[in-house]
Amino acid sequence: MSPGRLLALAVLVALAAAPFVPMGGMRQYVLHVVIQIFIWSFIGQAWSLMGRFGLVSLGHGAFLGVGAYTTTLLWNFYGLTPWLGVVAAVLLAMLLAFVVAYPCSRFGITGHYFALVTLAVGEVIRLLLIAERDWTGGSLGVTLRAPGSDASLLAIQYADKRVFYYGGLALWLAGLWVWARVDRSMARSAMEAIGEDETAAASVGIHVTRFKLGITMLSAGLTAIGGVAYAQYIAYVNPETLAGIGVSLRIVFAVVLGGMYVLLGPTVGTALTIALSEYLRVVFGVKFIGMAETIYGLLLVIFIIFLPAGIYGSVAALLRRRRVPAAAPA
Amino acid sequence: MLALHEVTAGYGHFTALWAVSLRVERGEAVAVVGPNGAGKTTLLRVISGVIAPRTGTLAFESTPLTGRPPHEVVARGIAHVPEGRRLFPALTVAENLRMGAFLPAARRTFAETLERVHALFPVLAERRQQRAGSLSGGEQQMLAIGRALMSRPKLILFDEPSMGLAPVMVLRLFDLIRKIREEGYTILIVEQNVRQVLKLVDRAYLLEVGRIRMEGRADELSEQDFVRKAYVGL
Ligand SMILES: Nc1ncnc2c1ncn2[C@@H]1O[C@H](COP(=O)(O)OP(=O)(O)O)[C@@H](O)[C@H]1O
Ligand SMILES: [Mg+2]
Repeated sequence: MSPGRLLALAVLVALAAAPFVPMGGMRQYVLHVVIQIFIWSFIGQAWSLMGRFGLVSLGHGAFLGVGAYTTTLLWNFYGLTPWLGVVAAVLLAMLLAFVVAYPCSRFGITGHYFALVTLAVGEVIRLLLIAERDWTGGSLGVTLRAPGSDASLLAIQYADKRVFYYGGLALWLAGLWVWARVDRSMARSAMEAIGEDETAAASVGIHVTRFKLGITMLSAGLTAIGGVAYAQYIAYVNPETLAGIGVSLRIVFAVVLGGMYVLLGPTVGTALTIALSEYLRVVFGVKFIGMAETIYGLLLVIFIIFLPAGIYGSVAALLRRRRVPAAAPA
Repeated sequence: MLALHEVTAGYGHFTALWAVSLRVERGEAVAVVGPNGAGKTTLLRVISGVIAPRTGTLAFESTPLTGRPPHEVVARGIAHVPEGRRLFPALTVAENLRMGAFLPAARRTFAETLERVHALFPVLAERRQQRAGSLSGGEQQMLAIGRALMSRPKLILFDEPSMGLAPVMVLRLFDLIRKIREEGYTILIVEQNVRQVLKLVDRAYLLEVGRIRMEGRADELSEQDFVRKAYVGL
């Protein structure tokens, strides 16, 4: 077994055993932080599926919101289990992605203009959620209806955080798997070619619209699943945490920070941003609300200028460069 | 093999081609010459499906091609060496060639086609791992042609391949295109380098402000006719 695989296996075993390690009174808190890292890393991976090919979305909150509210409302109003609700959530998010991305692709709206369109879409969804307050509870949000005592599985609501911990772990691993699959596929070379020059890509026979739509809808569908997972875990949805500019930018910050071209980039970035905001919360309490956002913003600017490949991406590239001269025969 | 019938096309309200009719027979090499802005690039874009014609029809091997999207046109056997080469500059030479064989049918015969392209352009084999953007102009043009060959086309469209090349390189390039021709490919080439291109092709058309003004066998048309018409406008 290669050292890399061995390390991965060791990390997996440690992650699987973690909830049973004695941590004094800290267990609930640690689990809470790690669950969030799993879910938001998964969402970051979904975002980077587009971002790495130059499809920068500043409105992924729209897909999170569509996902989270779909399952929540279906459960609250019709008693439909989120296991089925998530199918509707994914389909709706993909439909929204299609409605946004198809005209953009047809009329050549790319780069900054595409980013601005998505930014607007994210805000529109947030405002819709606030406006439809009879259903959505407006800006106050909605709490997931509690299930009967024997219906935890049907409702995906558990008091024991360990259930969400393992669920989140599985979700995160599934996200890594999808990311790696795309990384090895023809879609990757097609998308790279499209990212470099759409006309040239078309001239070698790449169906530009199909690939762009495909990757956008995949990213949107996965993001909706992330939104559902978060809503189930917190058991409460709110337009500010699950739609709009704030959350959309936080996803982007995390991925840019960690690096969007490497498998573990989104995870490293998400872990760092969550750790940072937890730290700021503990140190400054609620005195400096908005402090985290300001620091993210500054970090983002610094990163885009000095470390465009992200922290993890740059370290990985550095290690690779170190290794190559040793390994390659001169 | 390729037939355009009264094709009109343009950009928005602007019309760049007016009722253009043109034929290319199997095994033939045909040139379209004309001054800047005549509509030569637009003509090739219509054939390769980047622009849909407003009116008129296109057919390839007796089946309609009108309004088909580029990926389908490539799959049917038409490769486009676009104006200004349009390589993927950040990808390596090898990766660019691989992208040329993107479609499933071409992917299946990838190794064999690559060998032929390397035999034709040995420099592409030497520079395999180099980024396309770091090649010289002539090498970039060879890569653009090599990439087009990777899709195993029957018809190759060349858009001003000599543009921006040093005179020595231009001669070499025309030699290479002649060689490609001898391998049995059908060729439609757009050029401003009238003298050189007339030595290469069987027939030629003169395109001027979007209309075909002259047409004939290359050996019957004197270069003077074309040059006078095309650039002096008489
Ligand atoms: N993308 C475009 N949008 C609008 N007009 C264009 C575009 N490309 C070319 N044109 C116009 O169409 C005409 C023909 O251009 P083109 O086909 O590039 O000519 P050529 O290749 O013969 O130099 C020119 O007047 C040019 O200005
Ligand atoms: Mg031109």
